Order: sequence, then C-alpha cells, then structure tokens
Amino acid sequence: MTIDPDKNIRFSPTHRLQWEEAQQKDVILYPEGMVELNQSSAEILKLCDGNRKPQQIVDELERKFETTGLRNDIIAFLEVALQNGWIRQD
Amino acid sequence: MAGSDKINITPPRWLLAELTYACPLQCPYCSNPLDYAKHSSELSTEDWKRVLLQARKMGAVQLGLSGGEPLVRRDLSELVRHARELGYYSNLITSGYGLTEERIVELKQAGLDHIQVSIQASTQELNDHIAGTVSYEHKREVAHLVKKHGYPMVLCVVIHRENIHQMQQILEMAEELGADYLELANTQYYGWAHANRDLLLPTREQFEQAEAIAQAYKEKVAGKMKIYYVVPDYYEDRPKACMNGWGTTFLTIAPDGVALPCHSARELPGLDCPNVNDYSIEEIWNESKAFNFFRGFDWMKEPCRSCDEKEKDFGGCRCQAYLLTGDMYNTDPVCSKSPNRYVVQEAIDSAKSASLAPGEKPLIFRNSKNSRDFA
Repeated sequence: MTIDPDKNIRFSPTHRLQWEEAQQKDVILYPEGMVELNQSSAEILKLCDGNRKPQQIVDELERKFETTGLRNDIIAFLEVALQNGWIRQD
Repeated sequence: MAGSDKINITPPRWLLAELTYACPLQCPYCSNPLDYAKHSSELSTEDWKRVLLQARKMGAVQLGLSGGEPLVRRDLSELVRHARELGYYSNLITSGYGLTEERIVELKQAGLDHIQVSIQASTQELNDHIAGTVSYEHKREVAHLVKKHGYPMVLCVVIHRENIHQMQQILEMAEELGADYLELANTQYYGWAHANRDLLLPTREQFEQAEAIAQAYKEKVAGKMKIYYVVPDYYEDRPKACMNGWGTTFLTIAPDGVALPCHSARELPGLDCPNVNDYSIEEIWNESKAFNFFRGFDWMKEPCRSCDEKEKDFGGCRCQAYLLTGDMYNTDPVCSKSPNRYVVQEAIDSAKSASLAPGEKPLIFRNSKNSRDFA
C-alpha cells in the first residue's frame, strides 16, 4: 500500500480523531487503543476529509505555515497513516 | 505505598466498567472472581453516569463496557449515549448472546464505537461446550451484523488446551467473518481459569506450534486484519508489564461499585478497595490506599528492587504473585530471576500430567451454583 497522488484521502470511518483536553493533544482512537499525535501530524490528518488529494494537502499546509519543502515529510507521514489504517483512499 | 509523596501520579486513561456479573455463558476461564455470586448488588444508572463523568474529567478516554455480559443491563444504550456525549471511545465487550439487529442499531445511534464479540472455538460443538450454552450460530450472525452496521469488528478468541489445535481454523473463521481485528488471547490463569488450569494450560509444544501458525497468518492478512496475540506468560522468561504499572493507566469498576487497579485485585488481601458509592473517582485514584499500594518501586522486594528491568515490567503481576506464591510483594514467579519460578514449572508439569489422563476431573463451569460453592 502506497499513497496514490491522484486519489482523495479521507480519515478512516472506523477511527476517531479527537482533541483531548486532559492531555492537551490530538489523539486517534480505535478499538482498545489510542495514538497520541504531535501537532504537525494532527494538522495533516485534519485535512484528510475526503475532499483533497495529497498535493492539495501539502499546498494547504505550506500556505498555512508560510513555508515550503514540506512535501517529503507529509507524504512520508501519510504513508505511515495508510499502513496503520488511519486514512483511506478509495 | 500509601502516603508517599514522591510518586508522580498520572491520570487514568482506561476505564473498564464491569456493568454486571450476570452472564448467560459459563466459560471455565472467566476472569470474574470465583465468588462473584456473593457480590450481587449493582450500581444504578445514575451511579454509572457519575463514574463516567468523574473519570472523564480526569482524562479517561477509552471505555470498556464489560461484565459478565453487559447486554444484560437494560440501561446500556443510555450509558453509551452518556459516554459519547462525554467524549469517550466506547468498546462493548460481549459474548454477543442475545444481541439483536435492532439493538445493534440502537447502540450505534447512541454512539457506541466498537463491538468485540467473543467466539469460543471454530466449530459449533466445541464453542457450545466451552460456552456452556448453545451460541455458536448466533455469534456468527452477530459478527455479520456488527460488520453490516459499520462498526470495526473485533473477534476475541480465548486460547487454551481445548481449542489450541484449531488455531488455523480460528484464523480462517476470523478472516471469513471479515474481522478487522482478531484478538488471540492466551488464557491468563486467574479466577476460574486458575481453578481449571490443569485442564486448560497447553504444553509448550502446543503453544509454539499455535504461535507459528498465527505469525504466518499475520503476514498473509497484513493490511486487512490486525492480529493481537496475548502472550502466554507461563512460557515467558519475563513477566508482563501488568496494567502498564499499578495505578498509572487503568481503572476498573466492578458491578457493585468497588474500584480496582486491575480486575483481579479484589482477591488481594488488605487493600481495602474503595467503593464509588463512598468516594469520588479523583479521591479513589489519587488518595486511596488501594491505588497507591504498588505505585512506584518502594514496595519491591529482591530480586525486583535492584533489577535493571523493574521500570519495564514493574515486577510483573501482583495478583499472579499472590495467587502462585501466597505473597503479593514477591516477584511475579513467571520471571526466571524469581526464586519461585519453580511453581510455574510445577503448574506446567501438573497440566501435562492431566493431559495424559483425560477425563479424570471435569471442568468447573462459571455459573452461580459453582460460584456459591466458592463463596
């Protein structure tokens, strides 16, 4: 499984992305498990809403943080997210 | 120990709500206490709602709804709805017995996130024998319905000597049923499982063979079905990091409101486990004697005290130390550094002898009649 540049990405319907006040962190929740996210991972996942392709996510984040050169890091994280079943492309 | 102010107390993340000890099944490895029949009172709906709210405020986020059989509680959907409003991720841990499509939909609408269905074996005959109740076909039907209604489906199979030879078929069954996760839970020998250990504990050869089959299958279904393999600790060299450390992560509330650092802890002597009817969750977690009892490392004896692995496994399981050595401060005897490791070897040998003389003693099934005999 690798990220397809031409397909939209959506967050998995069987996982939940949620802000945890007590931990001051975004987390992914799934059956009997939890992953704590750092801020950049959370920012990427919040854009996986089914309406954006990988490059659109990169563009949006580079615009938001007024920087460039994020592509490799973002795609690498999306690969990890796909392997873990947190996101889907269909 | 209680009163120590050096220990940094982390908030609970996991709340296991054992809603009831009532259960239509009679599995002989049940983790409920042997004498559960004497704890017959149950918290009310309002009590549970208060517990959910207080634990959530402290930071609990994963909620296990368990039992007994949690479906027996008529207020289950109401509790699920309350949990969802509070932001819990709720896991229903069920035998599936009595679960209808109507109720699956109702629970989904209330905000239930996931259903874990247990199956006892890959064949009807063995499943129904182990469960002590005709349930195999119904469980398969429930697994289909759970998938149909968009829940992540977790199939849980407890592994022991009666079904370990079915490992390949169990894996195939899980794949065929479309499980997203398969939990292969080697029996942990507490409660009823401990009482039946001679009849349930597989041999090392059986374990190794079954594990090899499960590992190979894991690769075959990678990306499709996740397989969780709960290790059989009697055959390990080091103990499990029980509960991720005492009073660090897990909070169990028993049906009668007793708060436990782990679900077996009510069997330990002198802990005076507090009840949610008398104290808030915050008081229980931060201040109670029971939750502070094995926090940190000051309670440890040798060889744990000077061991360089103590921060990894916390000396193993307190309940197992008590159950097998009679002293809950001892190193978990599973550890090869424990001077009591021989008791684990004796258990293994005893189970092997029993396997060579089948039928000499029967399984003790988990039901109220047998429980009253233990009380």
